[in-house]
Amino acid sequence: MELSAASVRRRLFLAPIAEHKGRSILSIIAIALGVALGYAVQLINQTAVNEFTQAVQALSGQADLEVRGPRSGFDESLYPLLARMPEVAVASPVLELLVRIAGKREPLMLMAVDVFRAAQVQPELVLSDAVESIDFLRPDRIFLSRSAAEWLGVGVGGEIGVQVGLSEVRLQVAGIVRGANFRQPLGIVDIGGAQWRLEKLGKINRIDLRLKPGAGVETFQARVRSLLPAGVLIERPEANVTRGARMSRAYRVNLNVLALVALFTGGLLVFSTQTLAVVQHRAQTGLLRALGMTGGQIRTALIGGAAVVGAVGALAGAALGHLAAELVIRHLGADLGAGQFRGMVPEVRMDPLGFLLFTLLGIGTAVLGSLVPTLDAVRASAAQALKSGDEQRMFERLRSPLPGALALLVGVALTQGPSVLELPLFGYAAIACFLVGTIMLMPQLALVCFRGMPSPRPVSARLAVAQVAGAPGQSMVSLAAIVASVSLMVSMAIMVTSFRISFDAWLERLLPADLYMRTGLFNDAAFLSPENQDRVRSIAGVRRAEFLRRQQLLLAADRPSVLLLARAIDREEPEASIPLVGAQVVAKIGGPPPVWVSEAVADLYGYRVGQTVELPIGGRTERFLVSGIWRDYARHQGSVVMERDVYVGLTGDRDVNEAALWFDAGSAAERSAMAASVEEAIRASLPGGTNLEIHLPGEIKARSLRVFDRTFAVTYGLEAVAVIIGLFGMSSSFGALVLARRREFGMLRHIGMTRRQIGGMLAAEGALVSALGLATGIALGWLISMVLIHVVNRQSFHWSMELHMPWGTLSAFVAAMLGLAVVTALASGRSAMSHEAVRAVKEDW
Amino acid sequence: MKRRAFLASPMLLLTALPVAAETVYAQVRAGRPLVFPRDHGSHPDYRTEWWYITGWLRSEKGEELGVQITFFRNRPGFGGQNPSRFAPRQLLFAHAALSDPRVGRLLHDQRAARAGFGLADASRTDTDVHVLDWSLARHGGEYEAHIVASEFDYALKFRPAQPLLLQGEAGFSRKGPDAGQASYYYSRPHMQVSGIVTVKGRKSAVTGSTWLDHEWSSQALAPEAAGWDWVGLNLVDGGALMAFRIRDRRAGLFWAGGTHRDGTGRVRVLRPGEIDFTPLRHWRSPRTQIEYPVMMRIKAGNIELVLGPSMDDQELDARASTGTIYWEGAVRAHERTRLAGRGYLELTGYWKPLKL
Repeated sequence: MELSAASVRRRLFLAPIAEHKGRSILSIIAIALGVALGYAVQLINQTAVNEFTQAVQALSGQADLEVRGPRSGFDESLYPLLARMPEVAVASPVLELLVRIAGKREPLMLMAVDVFRAAQVQPELVLSDAVESIDFLRPDRIFLSRSAAEWLGVGVGGEIGVQVGLSEVRLQVAGIVRGANFRQPLGIVDIGGAQWRLEKLGKINRIDLRLKPGAGVETFQARVRSLLPAGVLIERPEANVTRGARMSRAYRVNLNVLALVALFTGGLLVFSTQTLAVVQHRAQTGLLRALGMTGGQIRTALIGGAAVVGAVGALAGAALGHLAAELVIRHLGADLGAGQFRGMVPEVRMDPLGFLLFTLLGIGTAVLGSLVPTLDAVRASAAQALKSGDEQRMFERLRSPLPGALALLVGVALTQGPSVLELPLFGYAAIACFLVGTIMLMPQLALVCFRGMPSPRPVSARLAVAQVAGAPGQSMVSLAAIVASVSLMVSMAIMVTSFRISFDAWLERLLPADLYMRTGLFNDAAFLSPENQDRVRSIAGVRRAEFLRRQQLLLAADRPSVLLLARAIDREEPEASIPLVGAQVVAKIGGPPPVWVSEAVADLYGYRVGQTVELPIGGRTERFLVSGIWRDYARHQGSVVMERDVYVGLTGDRDVNEAALWFDAGSAAERSAMAASVEEAIRASLPGGTNLEIHLPGEIKARSLRVFDRTFAVTYGLEAVAVIIGLFGMSSSFGALVLARRREFGMLRHIGMTRRQIGGMLAAEGALVSALGLATGIALGWLISMVLIHVVNRQSFHWSMELHMPWGTLSAFVAAMLGLAVVTALASGRSAMSHEAVRAVKEDW
Repeated sequence: MKRRAFLASPMLLLTALPVAAETVYAQVRAGRPLVFPRDHGSHPDYRTEWWYITGWLRSEKGEELGVQITFFRNRPGFGGQNPSRFAPRQLLFAHAALSDPRVGRLLHDQRAARAGFGLADASRTDTDVHVLDWSLARHGGEYEAHIVASEFDYALKFRPAQPLLLQGEAGFSRKGPDAGQASYYYSRPHMQVSGIVTVKGRKSAVTGSTWLDHEWSSQALAPEAAGWDWVGLNLVDGGALMAFRIRDRRAGLFWAGGTHRDGTGRVRVLRPGEIDFTPLRHWRSPRTQIEYPVMMRIKAGNIELVLGPSMDDQELDARASTGTIYWEGAVRAHERTRLAGRGYLELTGYWKPLKL
């Protein structure tokens, strides 16, 4: 056969791929998964941001500035004040409300406008196919966007019921908004009618401003700011986009990190494949060098092979990612089920930049993985490479423990870093350092462990110890794969378990009553009036009822609003109602009343226990004492708990959104049996009682945990994939090493060892290496979980949790890993020994 | 009902205004004497009302401009029970236009608001109406108008030079064969105007002669009516002529009327049979393809005049805001070859019948 240089190169190039099909496919899958996840997250986010931006632009129209208060609104007298300012061309008052439509669980966004003003800010809003435009002024009419009409299944002339308080206000659909930009579900009503019929007299919550040409926006903004009541902000409409994007950023970034983990696993696999190829073909490579092939040619060939693997994986991943993004958006919506874009299926458009980034990342990972073995193959002189036993050399450079130790130290230092742009970037970097540092230290660790080991009696075991202690480099690839996949799996398991158990305990703490009711989660117009509260109290069997008012507090222009929870809470004993973390102070009589802020508020706004803070309540700035910080897993944008008496005293607002009921004493079984009759009584005795959501604490808990598990489903899935790939990597690289030692087995057989003994030796080696890898992996996993719990979660989501070790899962995992390692070692040994002993020894010559 | 109201008022007014059950509009009746200055103010119990100024201006350089300023009030008939300050109890609209033959097209702009918050209101005691930054008010017998539009500004003062002209029977003006089809209506011809007009940043001091109408009623346009032609002229002999005809849907005559006050102050009320409008020349709008009889021969009693526009293109396309298109323009009136007067001609319902 004639060998041209090109065909040699091509063979060298593709040989590792062809020869190790299984491993190559795994590498491709791992890289594809990483790229797919990263690209899908990128696409979904981009689609969501596009939709959101588009929606915000449609809603804000030509407004230069927007004055925005909490949903509960601010006094309407601000409107004429601003309308008369000389810089203002148009001031358009708006009451923006989420309302519940009869028969629907999700809310509808209602924009109550003065059509004359809105027409000058959002001209598209008032273009409709209405028969009678005067209907824009009627208090009993509503205009719907097309998606809202489709969602509600009504047409022009039809009626819908809007829940107000507990009762229902009927509105006739007067027209469909024609503006193509109003794609989101939206209802338009007259502001006068809405104030009256939705019980918001005197209140608006937004003023859109268009300035006269030449008016300085910044100067004007600054001037208006000083006129605004507490809790009301003036901002550019684009701020809504920023705020919206912030809602999901932490979740998104964490998904992206998971994508990087998948890529990392892929890179590791490429590394092991290539290492093996280089080791196996060392002699051939040496021969080629001797025949005149240059190092550069060999390098190009080897790296090219890895790049092919990376490119195939990356392209497949990008396609998969696009598909996944489309599926997610079709089924959950661009906001992953939050309901903002209900009824719309936005188009997923290819993102060239994201595509390029993730494809390059995929290819880069593969190339990087092949770099070390390739450089090593090139560096070896032809004569040296042609000799056997040279495999050891590759790991010699890792002799010094310094780089590894340094990486660990840097990691420790990084855990102390603050969040960057509200992202735990230092935390992620610390995890990377721990991972890399530990893997770099593995040869040292192996030496220390195995050399210090007492020599066992049986020959095969003694040989095994001698082998791992004498040539730890050979098992390094397996060790690295084990440590990486075990530590990632263990850290995730510890973190999720800690979170789930903490969450479970938190739910238990927060749901002490026998029955809970609420007027709907996203509903600005639904409430329980004081009369209805009395009715609830007087229902037979109800011993005690506690009520909660939910309102929004806008504390900063660029952040989503914080929730204000006004509820029954004892200032001497707040722990009885909410779980506090850290120190607390009791408010003094006569001093500012206490509030308890969630960890998110403490983190984002810098509130400290004992500090006096100013909060915008009822349009005024009121002083409060931060009495404690509480753990709130439910609202990651932050929440503030206040005594309801204080809230009512400041605002006069006696309505509530939620109630907790305790039944007359009795056994737990009796009380849960009472629930049905009490629920029935509530629904019957309250006008509109059928509109209430009434649940047993157990139901709420089960549903919350379901949501929790769904949220972490992606995490679980990826974790499983990473572990499986890691294990395959481990077993295949282990197998490869065994293959590479065929000559040794031949020699051992030659000097009289039985196959059985060699098998025993290999099993012991596998067990030893795996045990070390597992032990290190678990230790490293625990370390990483600490970073995840105390740095990453804290900085991303602002919640703390207690450490809970998943001992059961871990033990099962350890047993499975050890077993797998032994089985792999045995199987590989059998295949290695199937060659003739003599031939194996001969191979060297 | 006065024709112009239906044209210039935004679409909201053009559409039918079904009377809500709780709303009882005050009715226009013959024999109610107009009382001033009270009746210069607004009459919120009635459905519609307007103060309407049209006229000719002359700049210091001798350029002639047509000017139109209108303030409308409308009571939509609902919102009475609504305690909200935003309740649309009264709606206010304003419309301003400027005809400058050198520009060649009508410059116009408008304002609309619900009354309230001090941002838009019409006084009950005297003429004092404002819609956002536009206003028309009477102070010490003189009217003052401030208009800041997209392409022009006015700051004008109007001084009445003649007594009020009560239209119809002492201000009771019939608009159809039914007794209820009527309005309260008075005019102020020959109001002397002076002030500043700014067109595209160019200020000019102007003087001139204008015509003011103030009219209110609760009667919608009769369903048979398709549109109307109206003219108000300040005659060179010091007299004044107002004439209108309401066309039915077959382009026939539904109703007509008018008033002539001669130079000596003698008033003659004209019956429907004494009014005739004959188109002499049509102009087709290049934008909308609508044809308007921009040149007319009118007969009003024993007066026969030919009306010719200061420029052809005085079409007002208000579909985007008011949902209608009409022609409202400055005209000269000639008696044979002699200039007999100047005033405004209004042509409505040529696009499509005004919907009620």
